[in-house]
Amino acid sequence: MSQQQSDNFKPFNVDLWKYDGQEGALIPLLQSAQDTYGYISEKAIDYIAHITGIPAADIYGVVTFYAQFRTKPLGKYVVKVCNGTACHVNGAKPIGDTITDELSISYDETSDDGNFTLLSVACIGCCSLAPVILINDETYGRLTSPKLRKILRQYKRKVKEEK
Amino acid sequence: MKTVKVGLGTCGISAGGEKVYKAFQEELKEHPNAFVLKETGCIGMCYSEVLIEIENGADSSVFYGEVTPERVGEIVEKTILSDDTIEDWLAVKKDNTKNFLENQTRIVLRNCGIIDPGSIDEYIEKGGYEGAKKALTTMTPDDVIQDVIKSGLKGRGGGGFPTGVKWNFTKGAKGDQKYIICNADEGDPGAFMDRSVLEGDPNAVLEGMIIAGYAIGADASYIYCRAEYPKAIARLRQAIAQAKKKNFLGDNIFGTDFSFNIKIKEGAGAFVCGEETALIASIEGKRGMPKFRPPFPAISGLWGKPTNINNVETFANVPWIILKGGDAYAAYGTDDSKGTKVFAMAGKVKRTGLVEVPMGCSINEIIFDVCDGIVDDKKFKAVQMGGPSGGCIPADQCDVKIDYKEINKTGAIMGSGGMVVMDETTCMVDVAKFFLSFTQDESCGKCTFCRIGTKRMLEILERITIGEGTMEDLDNLEELSGQIKNASLCGLGQTAPNPVLTTMKYFKDEYIAHIQDKKCPAHVCSAILEYTINDACTGCTICAKACPTDAILGDKKELHIIEQDKCIKCGKCFTVCRFDAVVKD
Repeated sequence: MSQQQSDNFKPFNVDLWKYDGQEGALIPLLQSAQDTYGYISEKAIDYIAHITGIPAADIYGVVTFYAQFRTKPLGKYVVKVCNGTACHVNGAKPIGDTITDELSISYDETSDDGNFTLLSVACIGCCSLAPVILINDETYGRLTSPKLRKILRQYKRKVKEEK
Repeated sequence: MKTVKVGLGTCGISAGGEKVYKAFQEELKEHPNAFVLKETGCIGMCYSEVLIEIENGADSSVFYGEVTPERVGEIVEKTILSDDTIEDWLAVKKDNTKNFLENQTRIVLRNCGIIDPGSIDEYIEKGGYEGAKKALTTMTPDDVIQDVIKSGLKGRGGGGFPTGVKWNFTKGAKGDQKYIICNADEGDPGAFMDRSVLEGDPNAVLEGMIIAGYAIGADASYIYCRAEYPKAIARLRQAIAQAKKKNFLGDNIFGTDFSFNIKIKEGAGAFVCGEETALIASIEGKRGMPKFRPPFPAISGLWGKPTNINNVETFANVPWIILKGGDAYAAYGTDDSKGTKVFAMAGKVKRTGLVEVPMGCSINEIIFDVCDGIVDDKKFKAVQMGGPSGGCIPADQCDVKIDYKEINKTGAIMGSGGMVVMDETTCMVDVAKFFLSFTQDESCGKCTFCRIGTKRMLEILERITIGEGTMEDLDNLEELSGQIKNASLCGLGQTAPNPVLTTMKYFKDEYIAHIQDKKCPAHVCSAILEYTINDACTGCTICAKACPTDAILGDKKELHIIEQDKCIKCGKCFTVCRFDAVVKD
């Protein structure tokens, strides 16, 4: 990426790189990029390579190593299914199946209209409510298939109305 | 004046705690100065979130469980404005002899759910930072280390290495700069002890780190915390800022020439970073891959400097030990294992949440006396300890004492404290598959046996759960397990086969049932179940429409049936049915 192009790139908190003057700030920098854009684009990687001097391939290696970093944008509503142990033994699998069926997306996929993304996450810490899902920041617990379908249909209606 | 404390740990928030808190704020507008509203961390009774405590003076308090915003008005009216207790909503019922809290010994969780974690003053009121003051102003670093060795405290992250001895190594290492790292990368599925401590009593961890820094001669430190714990990170930032203002952190702490600073590093979601050398690589901004040891981090750690890494729970014990003395701590526990241990109870147990018990207490006591037994009084089958590195202990061995050596004898490990309780509806082959798919996913890929071996083991387990396993597969699993354990560099690979090995040891009959009878005794593995439809069917036709092979027959408003020879056992009818009419066997 040329100097001019990277200057045009909407900057995120690049000060994080100078933080401490120490190497090792690459991860906070990537976290800041993801906070700003929702995911880490190729452009962002090039930009970080440009300001840090770390080869883009190395940065890509770090991005793909950690589960937190995404290289694709997320849907408007992110459905996270808790697959912690408590949820697993309380039936997280049929919960995931129900969502797949209702929204026609598998794990790590975003629906074609960009409205829903389905993710599997490790314990979100409300084991007492298992099985649990999160839709954006809203928690839904003690789920059964019928209860979940109702919830998902509410979101589908919401999406339609918003249109 | 009454005080209302709303539990706003992650568990409380996800159950709707913030809405309850807001409802109380609204009530305060209507009844100004009727009560004081505070937030607190998790007291451990996650099973009854949203939990609130109404304190009337120092000795009298009531806990209400499963509070909703709708109930707040009545609670204010009856319990706060009058002195009536609403018996039905009590979290701790008076007739309940098996009291959740009374059966515990709380050292690590001494302040969790009691103080406002956002107020350093409340922590100080409870004796906070007295331990650090005592260490820095009246003890030499060697005194501190000797006291910690005397206490018998072992690493609570799972390793179980004596903490004082570890400190001594780093103290003795040559280097102009030394580091303390607090490992808060709690990654075991089913474990949430460290999160609750960080959210409920962050200052206890900071104080433990200050004492460790003084003992070792380190002035800089990091807390490596999972990014999935945003609340814990916010609490830590707040606590660090407050501690700096009080000069518990910074230069010349307590007027001595000791200086200490703490920085937070957010992890980015990699289980393997719980391993010391991988964690260090991650702080350095690299892919979190483990390195060969020696050299141990105590000699060459972060940026090649001597580094001491302890877990959150270990640090939270330290202020108590320094303040009350190593002997007082060692008075709890067994010959081998001293003090207390926090467990995160999850799965099919009535009271899920956090418990802290003295070492030497049995697993049965935790499950039946503290946690009130199994949900729906079903048959208790096994308990899984130590997460993906641990193993399953069958019910008939659960009189085993909580003790590092005793637990190891069963094939499981103490681990960091995740305890998942399983009943007759849990399939042990499925559990083994669950943990193995987790470690397989999280293997960093450096060691061939861990990378490929776990993949092969997972394939075998998948075959077994769909009824295509052979008896030879069991031998292969055992052989692969041995090879993976021997040929992996770090703890992740060395322990990854444990869940498979222990379930094969204690529940071989279930494996055989899957292989020879093509049956899943717990009715979990859907591919080898038979689906049928019972009388609850209303003939809504939704299952027939959902069936990908048109195996479901029946007219509208008539009972439907499944043609077994066409059924591919995908389970779709079971998930779409709204009347619980599809049965699996």
